[in-house]
Amino acid sequence: MNWQVMIDSIPRLLGGAAVTLQLVTLAALAGFAIALVVALARLNRNPLLWMPAFGFIFYFRGTPLLVQIFLIYYGLSQFPEVRDSALWPILREPWWCALLAFTLNTSAYTAEIMRGAIQAVPRGQIEAAMATGMSPLTRMRRVVLPQALRIGLPAYSNEVILLVKASSLASTVTLMDLTGVARTISSVNYMPVELLSMAALIYLAINFMLTRLFKLIEYQISGERRAAVRDPLMAAGLHNPEALQKAELK
Amino acid sequence: MFALQGFGPMLLQGTLMTIQVALLATFFGVLIGIVMALMKLSSSRVARLIGDIYTTIVRGVPILVLILLFYFGAISGVNALARAVGYTQFIDLSAFVAGTAALALAFGAYATEVFRGAFQSIPKGQIEAARALSMSRFTAFRRVSLPQVWRIALPGLGNIFLVILKETALVSVIGVEELMRKTEFAVGFTKAPFTFFLFAAFIYLGLTVVSMGVLQILERRANRGYAATGAQS
Repeated sequence: MNWQVMIDSIPRLLGGAAVTLQLVTLAALAGFAIALVVALARLNRNPLLWMPAFGFIFYFRGTPLLVQIFLIYYGLSQFPEVRDSALWPILREPWWCALLAFTLNTSAYTAEIMRGAIQAVPRGQIEAAMATGMSPLTRMRRVVLPQALRIGLPAYSNEVILLVKASSLASTVTLMDLTGVARTISSVNYMPVELLSMAALIYLAINFMLTRLFKLIEYQISGERRAAVRDPLMAAGLHNPEALQKAELK
Repeated sequence: MFALQGFGPMLLQGTLMTIQVALLATFFGVLIGIVMALMKLSSSRVARLIGDIYTTIVRGVPILVLILLFYFGAISGVNALARAVGYTQFIDLSAFVAGTAALALAFGAYATEVFRGAFQSIPKGQIEAARALSMSRFTAFRRVSLPQVWRIALPGLGNIFLVILKETALVSVIGVEELMRKTEFAVGFTKAPFTFFLFAAFIYLGLTVVSMGVLQILERRANRGYAATGAQS
């Protein structure tokens, strides 16, 4: 191991890490929005809605991400119609192709997480919302989604970490992300082990910080459960609702 | 659309290689997973630390980086060793071995958590009963814990297998002649990237569907003798 090479490479690797984070952030945001639509379509009873959503999820979860990137980056150029279209300046760029592939891929996984989370919202709450006269949209916006987000968050944090790791595939379409920089430098100085180890350490650091960040968000949005545990009366009531009711009546 | 222009047999070869890599990685991954889970559950602090470091690192680093690191790292390691004993020729290590080893390591890291949960779910009384019947600790592990762990861990292992099956595409980067590599080769000749990559995608989809079917059969077999989960609730 050549420690000096590892230390010297840090600034350039961090530049690559910035590209990685940029791709991950944009893909996560866009993927989240698409996932919401796909998840709602998947849960709809109309076959014209749920079947395409099912196919979308099935394809993107059942094939390797590498194939998906190559299909977009190399595959689309097979069609003259695409090459002549107004979108070609975008679809020619590896950056946009990688972003598109990551977005679609993560949205399929996220849609499945959301579907599970939405289904986990207790049925009685939806009935209660209906009974108070909420429209389906209001019900979704004010009762189902806020709780579904909370239920789905731990699984979603895993998905974001998987996305960080999956973004290393950007290097296969010549992008200079963290892995891409490490591979490029090592092809010049022939020290792949040093550079890849350093890149691995940076990935570990990114994922560690992301885990912390999600733990913090989880803590922030589960306030009502914490309050219940801190308040001895509520804590007692958690296991014995009748005692709580009696205490409140006094 | 899928005129394979004579590349069919080659893609079939690649598919078989993909299956081979996935199954080998699974086999060694399961072994690593059991050993690491036992280390994480052991009373020795050193063993627990090793287990924790292993799962944290391997699960926090992209598999592509692991594969590249294994490939180049093993080559320079072996060659440094060869130089040390006075062998000056350059030794090229098989990409197949390095790629499969990296995937097995990744499988093992995820399987460790699955096995840990499974071992913990076995009632302690059963082990105590086995020990009371004067079974050695190893015999108790082999004849009481292990057969039950298999049943509990199977769904989790199945999920990891489906993930690793797709990740095998990454070993094409270091030159293993599996489906992706063969597809790229065909693309280079035919200049029809969309056709061939989509074909590869459908083969992976097919492999996934078949694996899911096999896993379901295995789960049903493992659960024979247990009441259906629906009846319990």
